[in-house]
Amino acid sequence: MVVDDDAALAEMLGIVLRREGYEPAFVADGARALATFQQVRPDLVLLDLMLPGRNGLQICGDIRAQSSVPIIMLTAKGDTIDVVQGLEAGADDYVTKPFKPVELVARVRSQLRRGETGQAETLGIGDLTIDVPAHQVVRDGQPIALTPLEFDLLVALARKPRQVFTRELLLEQVWGYRHAADTRLVNVHVQRLRAKVERDPERPEVVLTVRGVGYKAGPA
Amino acid sequence: MSRAADLAGALGSRARRLSARGWHAWRSSLQLRIGAITMLVAGIVVVVVSVVLFRQISDQLLTVKRGAAIDQAQSGVAYAQSQVSGIVTGDAASVRSTLARTVRELQSRNGEAGNFDTVLVYRTGDTSRPAASRPSLYLDLPPELVAAVDGGTQVWQYASIPDGTRAAVPTLLVGAPVPIDGQGGEQVDLYYAFPLDQEQETLSLVRSTVAISGIALTLFVVGIGVLVTRLVVDPVRRAAQGAQRLAEGQLQERLVVNGEDDLARLATSFNAMADSLQKQITQLEDLSQLQQRFTSDVSHELRTPLTTVQMAAEVLHESRADFDPHVARSAELLYAEVNRFEAMLSDLLEISRYDAGAAELEAEPTDLGPLVRRVAADMASLAERLGCRVEVRSPDRPVIADVDARRVQRVLRNLVGNAVEHGAGRPVEITLAANRTAAAVTVRDHGIGLTSEEADHVFDRFWRADPARVRTVGGSGLGLSISKEDARLHGGWLQVWGQPDQGAQFRLTLPLTAGETLTGSPLPLRPVVVRRPLSAR
Repeated sequence: MVVDDDAALAEMLGIVLRREGYEPAFVADGARALATFQQVRPDLVLLDLMLPGRNGLQICGDIRAQSSVPIIMLTAKGDTIDVVQGLEAGADDYVTKPFKPVELVARVRSQLRRGETGQAETLGIGDLTIDVPAHQVVRDGQPIALTPLEFDLLVALARKPRQVFTRELLLEQVWGYRHAADTRLVNVHVQRLRAKVERDPERPEVVLTVRGVGYKAGPA
Repeated sequence: MSRAADLAGALGSRARRLSARGWHAWRSSLQLRIGAITMLVAGIVVVVVSVVLFRQISDQLLTVKRGAAIDQAQSGVAYAQSQVSGIVTGDAASVRSTLARTVRELQSRNGEAGNFDTVLVYRTGDTSRPAASRPSLYLDLPPELVAAVDGGTQVWQYASIPDGTRAAVPTLLVGAPVPIDGQGGEQVDLYYAFPLDQEQETLSLVRSTVAISGIALTLFVVGIGVLVTRLVVDPVRRAAQGAQRLAEGQLQERLVVNGEDDLARLATSFNAMADSLQKQITQLEDLSQLQQRFTSDVSHELRTPLTTVQMAAEVLHESRADFDPHVARSAELLYAEVNRFEAMLSDLLEISRYDAGAAELEAEPTDLGPLVRRVAADMASLAERLGCRVEVRSPDRPVIADVDARRVQRVLRNLVGNAVEHGAGRPVEITLAANRTAAAVTVRDHGIGLTSEEADHVFDRFWRADPARVRTVGGSGLGLSISKEDARLHGGWLQVWGQPDQGAQFRLTLPLTAGETLTGSPLPLRPVVVRRPLSAR
């Protein structure tokens, strides 16, 4: 689903996505975005941040409240505040205008690949237990709801408990960036993940920071 | 000897320190200065007045005393003359008794001149046995006085002589010859000694009164001076503090206006100045916000259509094989130029963000080693295309610095890109080093180099060393300007060294802790060994 008020850009996005074999639906008005979302049930949302009616951040929050569908923001501003706000509102990834079709398609593919189940595998990280194929994280018998991206981030850390992951490595493994991209993606999602899985996000025990390098898994 | 010299040196340095401190206090405190000057002036005036006053009083006192003493002596002379006429013919015993009687008589005649003692000496007879109301008084008389009286003149003199109980008492001495009637040349000398201790007491009382009142007066005047200064200085100090706070950015700072005097006018004009400053600064802030909003609006408005254009161009570009050759070529040109336009637009927006002061540093501890190697790896394909090697030299241990990795990466990418492009196919060397406070990265190429004049301009916007030179990277002409701003935002330096035909070296120096001031760089700006490329000779 493409949420964008610029008709020309929306049509162009449609052309590119159809060429790749996707079937896009379009919404131009922010106020109707949620209704259309419930109707269409898309596999992925491309969301422009500046929209008439209801702004992108709010729509992002609305959708995230109902669904863990991957959301990619289209943003005109590479400024920190916009990007971080978007990611904090629940977006999984973002592309900055102007972007190239290849770039966009790569991001879409990478987000859609998520959720492909592997073989049965159970991991432990901190005091959490992860059931990988079932996409479930459990603490003391209580399931914790994570978005697919957060889940993948946690799994990536849990699979190699002794390795310290640089932000660049995580970008490559979780987001699928071949070349170095914006490490703010990692920072914001680690914060979101911590807010959900840590007992005290101020003193993390599951996702630990290694100063100057990156992150690593807490001892299981 | 040397210890004494040491001591003298220590004292001297201490005195210098003290005097330096005193000089500082003197320069910095108006109150101290006015107090000291008032004290000095008032002190001089009081001393002069006291001295004059004291002199006047003592002169007056002594004149009165002398007048009375001389009167007394004259009446004494008249009386003595009437008594001593018979001594010329008498024997020694009668002379003594006459003189003694006369002295007793004279002693009993009290006048205005107060207490006194008398001596009678038979000048032309036996001088060794004078008659005196106080023993030994005659021997204490100053010789010049005695000589003058012997000569027949009446004289007075001040002298300090013992009075029997004390060693020396200031005394007024009056001596007069008493001629014996009818006996030519026969003479008796009469001396009066008026002790001045009472006058001295009075004078010392006067002196202490004058001194005490003088000191009190001086202190009073100084007190008034200091008080008046404080009345003036305090508001001025408040104004100075206010101005300082205003300068520190507390624009709402105002002074309290009391009354309508000059100080109130000072406060009023200060407040007026603060008002107008605040207004102008608020206006400027509004303008800058407007500029920022404009930038971000333009950014959004331009980028959306540009995205569409770029995507369309790419779709056309990918299917160019299906077109006629000239349409296909047009699609290629469209594609390339749209990309260039995009790069230029984003550079422009970046630099305008700096101009608007909207750039923010997102510093976090980052290991610069992997970052440098990543940039080198990213540039590898371009380097390969231009047939040049990129070498990285970095220390084994991690170089952790508080930096905005995105910006540092952008700077290095830019520098390495430039070096590869201008390196004439010769190796590009990237060196990373750090000391306790700073980290530095140098990017060295062995290309055609830079003249010092060119080196002065490389960071200018849209500047090109040689407009005719072939460009492969296709930059916007803003890359180095943005890099310089990126370095500055970190509190770091971006500098260049260049020599024609010997290549160029850019050096980026960053403080390890964000916000620290740089004092030096761990790497030299000039390459230590200038290797002359073999092909040049």
